[in-house]
Amino acid sequence: MEVVSTGSTTREESTVKEGQILRPYGDTTGDGMVQLSFTLPISSLGQHAKIAEGAAAQLANKMGIDPAMVVHAKAMGPDFTFFVVYGRVNHLVDTSKVQVVERDYPLLSPKEVNLAIRKGLRRRMVVVGGCIGTDAHTVGIDAILNIKGFAGEKGLEYYREIKVVNLGAQVSVPQLVERAKAEKADAILVSQVVTQRDAHIHNTKEMSAAFREAYPRDKQPLLIVGGPRFDENMAGELGVDRVFARGTTPGEVASYLVDQLVTHRPPRSERKAS
Amino acid sequence: MAPKQRPKLDLDPAAVRQARRLARQAGKPIVDLAKKHTTVSVERATLRLAGLQGADADGTPWVNRLLEAVRADVGIEHGVALPVWDALVRCEADDLSVLAQKASAGSVRFRLPEGRDETRARSAARKAVGAGVRRMDARRKERERLVQRWGDPQQKPWIYLIVATGDIYEDIPQAQQAAREGADVIAVIRSTGQSLLDYVPEGATREGFAGTYATQENFRLMRAALDESSKELGRYVRLTNYASGLCMPEIAALAGLERLDMMLNDSMYGILFRDINPIRTFVDQRFSRQVHARAGIIINTGEDNYLTTADAVEAAHTVTVSQLLNEYFAKEAGLEDWQLGLGHAFEINPDLPDSFRMELAHALLARQLFPNAPLKWMPPTRHMTGDVFRGYMLDAFFNLVGTLTGQGILLVGMMTEAVVTPWLSDRDLALQNVRYVLNAAGNLHEDFQPAPDGFINQRARQVLAESIDLLERILAHESKTGLLDAIADGTFGLMKRPADGGRGLDGVARKSPAYYNPASEILEEK
Repeated sequence: MEVVSTGSTTREESTVKEGQILRPYGDTTGDGMVQLSFTLPISSLGQHAKIAEGAAAQLANKMGIDPAMVVHAKAMGPDFTFFVVYGRVNHLVDTSKVQVVERDYPLLSPKEVNLAIRKGLRRRMVVVGGCIGTDAHTVGIDAILNIKGFAGEKGLEYYREIKVVNLGAQVSVPQLVERAKAEKADAILVSQVVTQRDAHIHNTKEMSAAFREAYPRDKQPLLIVGGPRFDENMAGELGVDRVFARGTTPGEVASYLVDQLVTHRPPRSERKAS
Repeated sequence: MAPKQRPKLDLDPAAVRQARRLARQAGKPIVDLAKKHTTVSVERATLRLAGLQGADADGTPWVNRLLEAVRADVGIEHGVALPVWDALVRCEADDLSVLAQKASAGSVRFRLPEGRDETRARSAARKAVGAGVRRMDARRKERERLVQRWGDPQQKPWIYLIVATGDIYEDIPQAQQAAREGADVIAVIRSTGQSLLDYVPEGATREGFAGTYATQENFRLMRAALDESSKELGRYVRLTNYASGLCMPEIAALAGLERLDMMLNDSMYGILFRDINPIRTFVDQRFSRQVHARAGIIINTGEDNYLTTADAVEAAHTVTVSQLLNEYFAKEAGLEDWQLGLGHAFEINPDLPDSFRMELAHALLARQLFPNAPLKWMPPTRHMTGDVFRGYMLDAFFNLVGTLTGQGILLVGMMTEAVVTPWLSDRDLALQNVRYVLNAAGNLHEDFQPAPDGFINQRARQVLAESIDLLERILAHESKTGLLDAIADGTFGLMKRPADGGRGLDGVARKSPAYYNPASEILEEK
């Protein structure tokens, strides 16, 4: 997001703009204290106890925790030990170097969304959603689409001006494309929860490729994927318009749809082909 | 099974009777409908009971190949038994497996035998399938003997843990470790997507998505491994899998043949959550439950799933209604009370005031409505966030409800629910949580008697009343099969599933007057 310079900023403002240097906070400013827990495949029974704790401390040291306090070591069977470690890290965090995808669209209420669509689109917006591949976890797509919603917000079905077609679980990519065409979809919403062997990445790429093939470039619906393990910076790599990560609410998705399909209704050819 | 507790709730016995009667009225037309149909999977299960195993070079099971050949010649509406054993009696092949191979090569023609031929085919089919049923009987006796020798878990509820790596050879050491750490029941989660396969994969499998394929060989390997563990630990460790999806009857038969001890088997789950055709599901359901009844398998129903999609307070009564329907369907199929692991879950939003009291009320209601069933108590998932510390606390409260209300089977909650598939340490911490709560609470349920007109009693009565109300609304649908209409219009879990839609409908056939299935015949004799 561009920050407009006003020329005369106070000291504090400029600090924020340039970023802050932070250390973890335990109970005192700057103490750098962190906690972590992990398992090592090592025995801590009998005479092995000391070596096991030493191994845990060594790992913590290598992670930059110094001094490291191994406050808890519990044998889990003869071959594994679980550790809890507290200690000080020497790393500094520079907030000016943090990269995130900022929300680059205004957040609208359901009423505002409906109004914007009615005025700007002059018809209902059509959203087709589902879980593709073998993924049977509809919890994500349902949270966004079902009227029930998520986090106290009603799902897209609640929006009068949005027509929702929820295909549910285990939809094949060709089915999705076919339905998108039949419904003249403005946007496609795909949820991917299962991440074993990067299934979510492969499925999404397959999906975006299929849409590129099936539509002329300027007619392609907006492609959106979401799921708990997606990185929001991956949209380009995946060939989609937007990636939503965990915790995204229906209101955010609706606002984004309005921003892209109504407010900035793009000459679609400008969209990246990636 | 469950040590019987003094009733904790003050429920009107007339209301309880009414709820059961309404469930029976709603379920009866569905049973009648199921009796009039068969499915490809019921017929394949029959072939499996007769001993047909294995797959062709492409991995398509011989039961599928043989069934398709029969179907192409005479359809499935008469059942596979008569055409198949007629071919065997006619000496088209020496055994089923050769017949399946010849049939898929196109060198056997099937017909529907009549007169003397029919009688001969019928008795040959009955003999072959009867041998399979006797094998299941033997596995059931074997279980009873092993439980006698090694014993049941010392505590109630039984501790139920999940393994899911996708690789059966990775699952085995994990399951054995989980048993060592205190698990009484091991569930091997199935690969995502198996429910929509219209065949059961063959052999030991090493690849799956978020779970391991249910195959006969995987069943055998895991049961053998847990027999070792049972011997080592001096208690019988039970094994669970899933009789659900398009191959429910076949998987039930394989479970019976390989001595699995519990099977997930819900009457409506496939319809609502997998969009499987309702009629297909109810027909497959009935057959699979008859198999489970015979094999001495405890079923686990899936009511917890309603609460992951709908609000656990508003939808509490849909759980009760589903439990009542599951009970009706189960008993009709021959299952006994001790085999009914009716499901429910701790899914109320923890931010609500009195959420714990409501959980107690719901759990007590289930306990009291089904006093002799080993209820399956499912942990929080919906309100588990990335905050593992808070999750650990919720799981403790979940465990407390479990012990306080006499649940039979407790699925151990993981603090990393919604974060990762459970790590070794997550499982260890989760079991410590269960052990602490069970040990600390001890026989607290003896001292716990909710006030007669207090919050818990009122809430339980309210949920029961809402359940009766919902059942009445189901019955008010115009057609006789009001339950199908209710499923079609989204009464359960907010999903709309019409009776003529969904997957697997093309595998359903209305039985002809000549229909014969020796498995159904034998299973219904008892």
